[in-house]
Amino acid sequence: MFSRLPFWPDAASTNATHVDALYIFLVMVSAIMTVLIFATLVFFAVKFRKRPGVKPEQIEGSKILEITWSTIPFGVFLAFFVWGAVIFFQERTPPQDATEVYTVAKQWMWKFEHAGGQREINELHVPVGRDVKMIMTSQDVIHSFYIPAFRIKQDVLPGRYTTEWFHATKPGTYHLFCAEYCGTEHSGMIGWVVVMDPRDYQAWLTTGGGNQPMTDTGAKLFSDLGCVMCHRADTPGRGPSLVGIYNRPVQLEDGRTIVADDNYIRESIMEPNAKVVKGFRPIMPTLQGQISDDQLNELIAYVKSIGQSQMTEPETTQQPASAAGAAPTGQ
Amino acid sequence: MATAAPVELGERESYLNAGHGFKSWLLTRDHKRISMLYLLSVTFFFFIGGIFALLIRLELLTPAGDLVQSDTYNKLFTMHGQVMVFFFLIPAVPAVLGNFLIPIMIGAKDLAFPRINLLSWYFYIGGGLLMVYTILVGGVDTGWTFYTPLSTEFANTHVITAILGIFLAGFSSILTGLNFIVTIHRMRAPGMTWNRLPLFVWSHYATSIIQVLGTPVVAITLVLVALERLFHLGIFNPQLGGDPLLFQHLFWFYSHPAVYIMILPGMGIVSEIVCCFSRKRIFGYQAMAMAVLGIAVLGFLVWAHHMFVAGISVYSALVFSLLSYFVAVPSAVKVFNWTATMYKGSISFQTPMLYAFGFIGLFTIGGLTGLFLACLGVDVHVTDTYFVIAHFHYVMVGGMVVAYLGGMHFWWPKISGRMYPEFWGKLAALIVFIGFNLTFFPQFILGYMGMPRRYHAYPAEFQILNVLSTAGATVLAVGYLLPMIYFVWSMRYGPIAPANPWNAAGLEWQIPSPPPTENFEEEPVVTWEAYNYEDLGAVPEKQEVSVGH
Repeated sequence: MFSRLPFWPDAASTNATHVDALYIFLVMVSAIMTVLIFATLVFFAVKFRKRPGVKPEQIEGSKILEITWSTIPFGVFLAFFVWGAVIFFQERTPPQDATEVYTVAKQWMWKFEHAGGQREINELHVPVGRDVKMIMTSQDVIHSFYIPAFRIKQDVLPGRYTTEWFHATKPGTYHLFCAEYCGTEHSGMIGWVVVMDPRDYQAWLTTGGGNQPMTDTGAKLFSDLGCVMCHRADTPGRGPSLVGIYNRPVQLEDGRTIVADDNYIRESIMEPNAKVVKGFRPIMPTLQGQISDDQLNELIAYVKSIGQSQMTEPETTQQPASAAGAAPTGQ
Repeated sequence: MATAAPVELGERESYLNAGHGFKSWLLTRDHKRISMLYLLSVTFFFFIGGIFALLIRLELLTPAGDLVQSDTYNKLFTMHGQVMVFFFLIPAVPAVLGNFLIPIMIGAKDLAFPRINLLSWYFYIGGGLLMVYTILVGGVDTGWTFYTPLSTEFANTHVITAILGIFLAGFSSILTGLNFIVTIHRMRAPGMTWNRLPLFVWSHYATSIIQVLGTPVVAITLVLVALERLFHLGIFNPQLGGDPLLFQHLFWFYSHPAVYIMILPGMGIVSEIVCCFSRKRIFGYQAMAMAVLGIAVLGFLVWAHHMFVAGISVYSALVFSLLSYFVAVPSAVKVFNWTATMYKGSISFQTPMLYAFGFIGLFTIGGLTGLFLACLGVDVHVTDTYFVIAHFHYVMVGGMVVAYLGGMHFWWPKISGRMYPEFWGKLAALIVFIGFNLTFFPQFILGYMGMPRRYHAYPAEFQILNVLSTAGATVLAVGYLLPMIYFVWSMRYGPIAPANPWNAAGLEWQIPSPPPTENFEEEPVVTWEAYNYEDLGAVPEKQEVSVGH
């Protein structure tokens, strides 16, 4: 909408148009406030300049004015806050069925792996008109995944996942920057996001990587690393079954209940004893140092795939019911 | 050092000629002499930081990283930030002007703890020497923010000495704050009630609270960084079981309030200047005093607005965004009250007043763009870009440095006993204003275009605005050099200043320029409100005229 203005960045996602509208609103309101203040200053400076025979009039102040010029700006600020919060909330809530791209940041490059197993470095190919969710982690220091044309930015941390999503609206090639200072070649940690028509994107997927899908690689790791020995799908094993757990509440040994999201699965692999599921003993060995971040992503992609496989699994869905219905007699 | 003492002031004894030789300065307990020690040292560090800034701007003249390599550039912006924030912006107004003026403004002979005041300067110098050592042996490249685990595990530059330097300078800041708080509570002259304190004193009181409560947190945090770096204790590095976001929380818990340490004293200066050159009492005295206290308190509750994209939860981001809007209200109140103070005044436009106008204008822009950054939806896009750089410099350079220069001009006659040349003063103020806007306004646009900060090479589409910014920086440099030159010049050749060249209210103008060591021959008894301009005439037209007799 504003892209024809000089010095205006490309707007190539749904979020970009939302942010631009809010930004223009802020600029307008600020400009009005600035002009009002500057005009008053200049007017006073001229009108009340020192003139012979004119004495200044001493004024103590005015409670009414103080209250007025505190509350009116605060009302305006609240409008800024609410509008900004709404956009932020959308930005931070990825749609359920978004295409997932795993990202590993390291000094000084971006590594991506698509669900189909296609890998790329410093270049990210995504389809236009579809929700894409980045699941990101860092191998070393903090980086930040920034696409100005989409108006999104998210720090990428070592030892955990952060996520970001977008819905590209315009095919083209856009800047990808690292926005968190990360050492010597920080300004070289840049790349391109290539937004493609769905058909071109399909063609790219088949020619671009041609690897095994991430879930297949993950399934192989799951059995090679011996995970399958304890985490069995059919019979109870020494570890909890992973079927149907993804994004579901899990009860822990210490009584807490948490949601089995990407970060919990990651933590359970790297630090298995941090949050043990109720009814199981802390016997799982860590995989810390034994698998790369790429392999970890693949393993998690697989665990998520079986975690999503049977959403009707009764084990976890019962909990709210029993908490609500059986509470009086339960404990 | 010896040049600080203007020669031949006549018979009258002042703090400047009360003793001679290095020892009389380096072991002095006179708050005015310690203030001069600070003046020389913060000016030195301002120059060092300024040279780094100019090198940064020169590198950014072209998109390619051609003038310096990335490693050098990373050190330049790191040390620019550390030197300017910890060795200039934080100490400048409180330790120079606050030190000199607070005892006099409240009618005291000195600060409550003169020896601690001197000790604080030695802490500052100790820290400063470590910083200079760090620079000389090769520098540090963590960014002034020392983000972990980059600073603890990955940077192989001189992180430890830089941290130690800042740690020591922090103690200087704590001691100064403590000294001010006790002094303002205990040393006020009879009749100098809280409601009669000049706003300069109120703003330093609020600043001191932040210094005393906040600085220990950053000191401890930096020690933790050093411990993790030296002994691999897992505090911040996730590979050692630490949490990198913990560092950011601790760092900003101090470093956000620290920006109020930098700006509040500047607001105090502007209140004094606006009243004097409008010949008016301040509009809404109590609102102004409560506003600085409100900023100091609320300033402690907004730190995580630096972390909206860092990986904190959506809900804590919402809370910190909302609280950030709260702190904007007292800032806005201050701007409105300064403006209202001019209403029905009798305004004249000497150099200090030009700086005060500059401050109000630039602080307004700096404050309003702060609202953009508090706004979650916009912050995600513009944080860590040049938008933040521009906003920060509008507040810190356009606000604090401009106020500091205004204050230096306003009180220079009192400090040195000499007048600066008014023409050159006005010219320099104009050059600073133009150079400043040319340097930093284009950076707002660059930020929204998406240029990330801390890049030594950048895509070509950002070049035009960077060229403008670099051009502005050279203009700004001229604006800063001019006062340095004519202030030094005036110490020997400037006209002798009268006790009250501006016909200003306030106890500091009722004693000779420069003041005697004891400040007051006998303890003053205050029977008037601050800014009692109804009892005073106009600002004298030409200072040189009043010197004649």
